[in-house]
Amino acid sequence: MSKRFKSLLTPIIAVLLGIIVGTIIMVVSGYNPVTAFTALWNGSFGDIYYIGEVVRQFTPYILAGLAVAFAFRVGLFNIGVEGQFLVGWLAAVWVGVAFDLPRIIHLPLAVLAAMVAGALWAFIPGLLKARFRVHEVIVTIMMNYVALHVSNYIIKNIITDNKDKTDLVKESATLRSDWLQSITDYSRLHWGIVIAIIGCFVMWFLLERTTRGFELRSVGFNQHAAHYAGMNVNKNIILSMVIAGGFAGLAGAMEGLGTFGYATVKGGFTGVGFDGIAVALLGGNTSLGVFFSAILFGALKVGALNMPLEAGVPNELVDIIIALIVFFVASSYIIRVFLDRISKKEVK
Amino acid sequence: MEYVIEMLNIRKEFNGFVANDNITLQLKKGEIHALLGENGAGKSTLMNVLFGLYQPEAGEIRVKGKPVKISDPNIANDLGIGMVHQHFMLVDTFTVTENIILGREITTAGSIDIKKAEKQVREISERYGLSVDPQAKISDISVGMQQRVEILKTLYRGAEILIFDEPTAVLTPQEIKELIQIMKTLIKEGKSIILITHKLKEIMEVSDRCTVIRKGKGIGTVTVSETNPNELASLMVGREVVFKTEKKEATPKEDVLEITDLTVKDTRGVSAVNGLNLSVKAGEIVGIAGIDGNGQSEFIEAITGLRKAESGSVKLNGKELINQTPRKITESGVGHIPQDRHKHGLVLNFPIGENMVLQTYNKRPFSKNGILNFKEIYKKAKSLISEYDVRTPSEYTLARALSGGNQQKAIIGREVDRNPDLLIAAQPTRGLDVGAIEFIHKRLIEQRDNGKAVLLVSFELDEIMNVSDRIAVIYEGKIVAIVNPKETTEQELGLLMAGSNRKEAGEHSNV
Repeated sequence: MSKRFKSLLTPIIAVLLGIIVGTIIMVVSGYNPVTAFTALWNGSFGDIYYIGEVVRQFTPYILAGLAVAFAFRVGLFNIGVEGQFLVGWLAAVWVGVAFDLPRIIHLPLAVLAAMVAGALWAFIPGLLKARFRVHEVIVTIMMNYVALHVSNYIIKNIITDNKDKTDLVKESATLRSDWLQSITDYSRLHWGIVIAIIGCFVMWFLLERTTRGFELRSVGFNQHAAHYAGMNVNKNIILSMVIAGGFAGLAGAMEGLGTFGYATVKGGFTGVGFDGIAVALLGGNTSLGVFFSAILFGALKVGALNMPLEAGVPNELVDIIIALIVFFVASSYIIRVFLDRISKKEVK
Repeated sequence: MEYVIEMLNIRKEFNGFVANDNITLQLKKGEIHALLGENGAGKSTLMNVLFGLYQPEAGEIRVKGKPVKISDPNIANDLGIGMVHQHFMLVDTFTVTENIILGREITTAGSIDIKKAEKQVREISERYGLSVDPQAKISDISVGMQQRVEILKTLYRGAEILIFDEPTAVLTPQEIKELIQIMKTLIKEGKSIILITHKLKEIMEVSDRCTVIRKGKGIGTVTVSETNPNELASLMVGREVVFKTEKKEATPKEDVLEITDLTVKDTRGVSAVNGLNLSVKAGEIVGIAGIDGNGQSEFIEAITGLRKAESGSVKLNGKELINQTPRKITESGVGHIPQDRHKHGLVLNFPIGENMVLQTYNKRPFSKNGILNFKEIYKKAKSLISEYDVRTPSEYTLARALSGGNQQKAIIGREVDRNPDLLIAAQPTRGLDVGAIEFIHKRLIEQRDNGKAVLLVSFELDEIMNVSDRIAVIYEGKIVAIVNPKETTEQELGLLMAGSNRKEAGEHSNV
């Protein structure tokens, strides 16, 4: 079995194991797994509306996944995607409501604002890591809380007058499209998917084809050798966080300019940033892998909504299945050992 | 005389690649039996077969005349076979005793009886003259001591046959002497030893017989007292090996590297280099001789920009380079073969081809406007691989998959190819076999003959004596003497390295 094939097979087996264990749980708790999974399928791909919703859902997942994967490739664990996502969301909406500009300037400006906000938010842990070797996991987790409460404050006290929700972004800054909505039976599908796909390409190109990517990958694999070879390790650490934060900020723009068109005061985290960790993990931290695993997560998330309606299964169960899939991916080591056993037998 | 271990006509294949082909090794009771072979000749594979990690496709293993099947290391343990690994398998934060009993804990009513264990460990230690403190923490003791703990571990488990895998690779000359003494004591106490090595000198010194393997094939077993290093080397490599590296007289010209009053602190903040002065001229090789831990690493790291120097001056062709970035130093004309090839020399998870441009990826033709040109990168890699005889399946193979000698050749190819005015080689032949050593020495001398300056740091006195045109002895972070290799002896160098002054050393060596 080739290495490539194995690394492809591992996530697939992880997903299957998640579904199998999910089935067992459903049988045990008295639900019919066949109807349940049919409902899940129908709810994600059974209708053009659902397909539109799935695409809408996985768009931010792709970008959040890239934000985790990119940092990971440089040897950093970016747990702060949620916070970078929230400040990106806020920045996009702020620009979207505050200005009146032609669409050709306004929309790119709002998207850019999200990217810059996310990048700045990630710059702080990157700087602390590079300068003082403060562990990025701790800083990014704390920055998530700061992002949540600061953006709530800004929405409440600065953008609006003590309201829980901003106005809709101006027509000239929205990613929404009547045409996309009309062909998908009025789902909330928007143009963000184009940005997400470009994001995947940018990550691949940057890492695999440029001298900068060569440095980033070197630092990720062996900081000492990178230093020896004359690369600036600290600069690359900061840069990787900044780029990762940029991706996360864009994910926020997807929600702020696309799905919702506004920003609200939130009681807690949205979870998109944390799901991004799972997406990146399942996708093996490559841009193509992130793309496909985001689709899977998006489909599960949207399809889950149909399970209570069509099969009477509580959607908490779907959360459990997703959790199980992540669990099996995280323990992919076991699957890999298993695959190694099989391929050894084949040789004999 | 009876054999305690017989490995007869062993064959081991990996996916069609024959790692061991018809190898026979017979170990007599009470002998030190050397297993000699180049890097990648199949020594480790053979020993892993004996230790039960691999199953042979053909051949038979007998222990004390009885055929056995060793299907896992526990069986090897039960048969009295113990292995002292090259990379120690110790828990740093545990004490000596805790490490030794790990997996074989003595318990009274469910709790570990550490007192009893310590007593046992002390007994074994005294019996074999190991003088290990059972209560010391692993992280507090020297590498040589850690190795003794590994030996103790196998003895504690009742090993009768000890396999030493490259035991001297990590030791200082003094520790090597002590290890040889320990091995002799072990034999006196009735143990038998298999010594894996490619250091001919050690084989000549301690072993009784020697089995040679070359490219996976058993070449034969010789009695050491009836052979000489030259014969062993040619058996191992398959051709004549020149030990005394051929070289012309040096024709030193102007100073390339001038170091004055260099002071460097080590990681703990203690001064490791204390006002070091040294110059290296174009067209000469200066060898730094010294016992490990006298500031060599910090010295090299400081002049290559990997470590901050406290004070002093490092001039290359008259240009001040102290505390410049590694890139600046590299681009000023310094090539550096680092001491630790895995830590600094290579990105092991990169293909060997990408490692070849680790410093030059941002230059044309390897990239243009920040975009890498893989065609040019791999073209360069391919030519370096063939020029420097790096044995690799392809230039796309991960550096990790290459043997140590080939990794080193790749680094040397990369560093020499940039044609630096100053080439710094830190332990360039550590852990390599004679064939690779010969190759590397030739390349260093070639650089010298091309009018470049070469600075060589090595713990191997042979290497220093052979290759250098001038020897600078480093002791406690200072150059304490500069001697001519033709006018000195190993004894004199040894004494200088131990801190005696020139005059005393000279008197001693004359006696």
